[in-house]
Amino acid sequence: MAKLPVSEEKLIEQFGPHLNYPPREGYAGRDEPDREVKTHCCFCGMQCGMKLLVKDNRVVGFEPWMEFPYNQGRLCPKGVERYLQNNHPDRLMHPLQREEGVGFKQVSWDASMEKTVSEIKRIQEKYGNDAFAMLSGVSLSNEKSYLIGKFARVALKTANLDYNGRLCMVSAGAGNKKAFGLDRISNTFEDLERAEVILISGANVSETFPTLTHWIWRARDYGAKLIVVDPRMIPLARTADLHLPIRPGTDSALYGAMLKYLADHDMLDHDFIDNHTSGFQETLDAVKDYTLEWAEEVTGIEKAKIELASQWWGKASTSFLLHARGIEHHSKGVDNVVGCINLVLATGRIGKPYCGYGTITGQGNGQGGREHGHKCDQLPGNRDITNPEHRKYISGVWGIDEKDMPGKGLTAWELIEAIHRGEVKGLISICFNPLVSLPNNNYVREAFEKLEFYACIDFFMCETAHHADIVFPGSLHEEEEGTVTSAEGRVIRIRKAVDCPGEARPDTSIILELARRLGQGDKFNYETSEDIFNELRVASKGGTADYFGITYKKIDDNMGIFWPCPTLDHPGTKRLWEDKKYCTPDGKAHFNAAPYREPGEVTDKEYPVVMTTGRVVSQYLSGTQTRRIGKLVDSFPEPKIEIHPQLAQQFGIRQDEMVRVSTRRGSADFPANIVETIRTDTIFLPYHWPGKKSANQFTPGTLDPVSKIPEFKVCACKLEALGVFATPSIAPKNVARN
Amino acid sequence: MPVTNYKTNQEFFVDMQRCIGCKACEMACAECETNGHESMIHVNYIDRAVTIQTTVQVCMHCDDPACANVCPADAISKDEFGVVHTANTARCIGCSNCVMACPFGVPKKNEAYDLMMKCNMCYDRTSAGKKPMCATVCPTQALYYGTREEMAMMRPNSSPVNNFIFGNEKVSTKVNIMMPKGATELRVD
Repeated sequence: MAKLPVSEEKLIEQFGPHLNYPPREGYAGRDEPDREVKTHCCFCGMQCGMKLLVKDNRVVGFEPWMEFPYNQGRLCPKGVERYLQNNHPDRLMHPLQREEGVGFKQVSWDASMEKTVSEIKRIQEKYGNDAFAMLSGVSLSNEKSYLIGKFARVALKTANLDYNGRLCMVSAGAGNKKAFGLDRISNTFEDLERAEVILISGANVSETFPTLTHWIWRARDYGAKLIVVDPRMIPLARTADLHLPIRPGTDSALYGAMLKYLADHDMLDHDFIDNHTSGFQETLDAVKDYTLEWAEEVTGIEKAKIELASQWWGKASTSFLLHARGIEHHSKGVDNVVGCINLVLATGRIGKPYCGYGTITGQGNGQGGREHGHKCDQLPGNRDITNPEHRKYISGVWGIDEKDMPGKGLTAWELIEAIHRGEVKGLISICFNPLVSLPNNNYVREAFEKLEFYACIDFFMCETAHHADIVFPGSLHEEEEGTVTSAEGRVIRIRKAVDCPGEARPDTSIILELARRLGQGDKFNYETSEDIFNELRVASKGGTADYFGITYKKIDDNMGIFWPCPTLDHPGTKRLWEDKKYCTPDGKAHFNAAPYREPGEVTDKEYPVVMTTGRVVSQYLSGTQTRRIGKLVDSFPEPKIEIHPQLAQQFGIRQDEMVRVSTRRGSADFPANIVETIRTDTIFLPYHWPGKKSANQFTPGTLDPVSKIPEFKVCACKLEALGVFATPSIAPKNVARN
Repeated sequence: MPVTNYKTNQEFFVDMQRCIGCKACEMACAECETNGHESMIHVNYIDRAVTIQTTVQVCMHCDDPACANVCPADAISKDEFGVVHTANTARCIGCSNCVMACPFGVPKKNEAYDLMMKCNMCYDRTSAGKKPMCATVCPTQALYYGTREEMAMMRPNSSPVNNFIFGNEKVSTKVNIMMPKGATELRVD
């Protein structure tokens, strides 16, 4: 049922992506806006403060918000262009229903709701409640994240709810819970300023979190040494003191060897280890054979560089370790994360000024969105859906019998497998574009084709929505009030700047209407986003992610509040662990053994080259928004493979020549960009595009056994020079100026 | 010239080491409707095949601006604050003398408008006491607008340089380039 109703080309012609450029003279009213709305960027976890200029219910431009403390007016190109998602010609304005041979026809809200609810009921009566699943995303506000967690369990009554955080920082979350019993960066970025050594691992900061670069450069002005671990010479690595060009998939070997080096050379904080941690000896035993020579062999990094990094880390009196998807998107993502944490704990440099550790959350609400329950094993406050006490407490808040609370469901990737097995027959999604963002996306597409019913809530027709039976036109970031929690753990306010255009509705109202039509309206009585937040506060009370003491007013008065904030008179918590009381059962910070093992797919004779994937500065996630903004697309129009001259020569590949990349999951052609800024055994492909331009048609997606994150960063491929050259990238024809 | 709030103690500083090539400056500059949504600042790779390094080129606002000196139509002027303004649209004849004369390669001729266009240091913003847009948004502060004292405090390992030696020619500019500590000039030959 969910096969495309017409060709992909026809759908693109109608729904885009088209490129939005502002008029040359600027939008009317930009000089005299009706109001300036202080809000935040809709993209990454930095959540930079910015002001949207509004004239006649249109966002007509932006102004820097100089007073917001994290970014003080600074923005990246995505932030600068962010306002152009508003008034976009591709914007979905009406509910749509799939029509075979036609595409999508406009239908009424009533008809689209009725169809969706009747399909939910039909599928659940026939196959059971869990046969209808929901997928959500963490670009949504805290209020929506919480609401969807409740909606799926109370109104849909399904266990099968998961979210795109599963493809983001879930390995970091799992690692942090193992080590600290709580999942949040331990410090604000201000603590970078006077760190003596900064270790950045698997985080292309300057392209994915550009405004964070400022804080790192500040630290270097004060004399910090910067160590960057990345297979590529990323912009941040260019002027780093030490670049460790690691072979993809070998991170835990590096951190294991560094831990052994620290122990062998007695660069440990014995007092901290003895009194405030557990598991050190077992963890050290697991890496006892990890010599520098062994690490060089496995990671491909010269042992002298590993030694220097270990010495700098070992001798520092203050430090900050940051990582991101580069070490987390692995079948051993959790091992990589705890490997990093082990280095922090071994030197006792946490919970003190300028001593920090954390993951850099990728998505706009990657932090808050992973705390309040739209994850298959979680309830609000970062509670556990399998814990009887947690279930009881949240059932009480929601006014349901604990017996009616579904149990733990399947993770995002497992849901795709369950669709293939015929166990999941229906799906509703919001804020998630799995056809671009999940690995092995031909397999994902086939799953969507098997669904009996699929409804999608989105503001643009994302590639996954092409497979929908019903598309609900939802709301943009600037069309609803709410809060998000930035990568620093700072809960901040998102402001409504304009109303939804046409018949589009706020996401919240769509979810509430569905809940009412599913007969659960009495449990979803909210007048405002603040009402939802106030219920979230209560639901999170006593959990590790405790928001109870945070109110909208308090956020406004303080430009954000850092959780945990358990009481109304609590100021919030900027730096964790100053009291050395960890949230683990024994109250100690835990070392966790992370012995090295190979990635899910390794190179062999047939597929001899490693491919790794990542992002570019001008695009965000699956590109649903940023592939529609003209200047962002002009800046990086299409994916190319980055390849080292030595490897290119080996395959006879010339600059800009088309190269066929083949893997066990398929092949496609890309232009070559031959650069010395990548390892000689690795190619890089950015992932923001769909179909034959996608990196994720190749990625294997081997799951981490703990976090269930799919492996995106390591894939075995072969290359073939095709003898034809790519035409120079020109501005695509799908231009719309409005 | 109308009364302005132009802050005479504020200067423009460019630190290529900090540039990450993100083009936030280009996109923010282009937001200005007086530019017709064209950027007056330019980010380029030095040589992408061997390095990820980028440069950012903004008008240096020369003390003795070659662009203005060679303009046959007297379309380019330097104001009392040292800002060299983009071509007066009523006067510019699109001859490109300025494009060829500028030692930094800054002015560009916009063929569609038959006009030279270049940075005027966001005069609409700086004359209102704000910072230029590029230096406001630059996420790494490779572009910084503020006082010399602030810069000295923030960047103790660098010195601002605004004297450039091209062979036998010395060009002094309003805009500073950050160089290693103690440097006083940049020789470009």
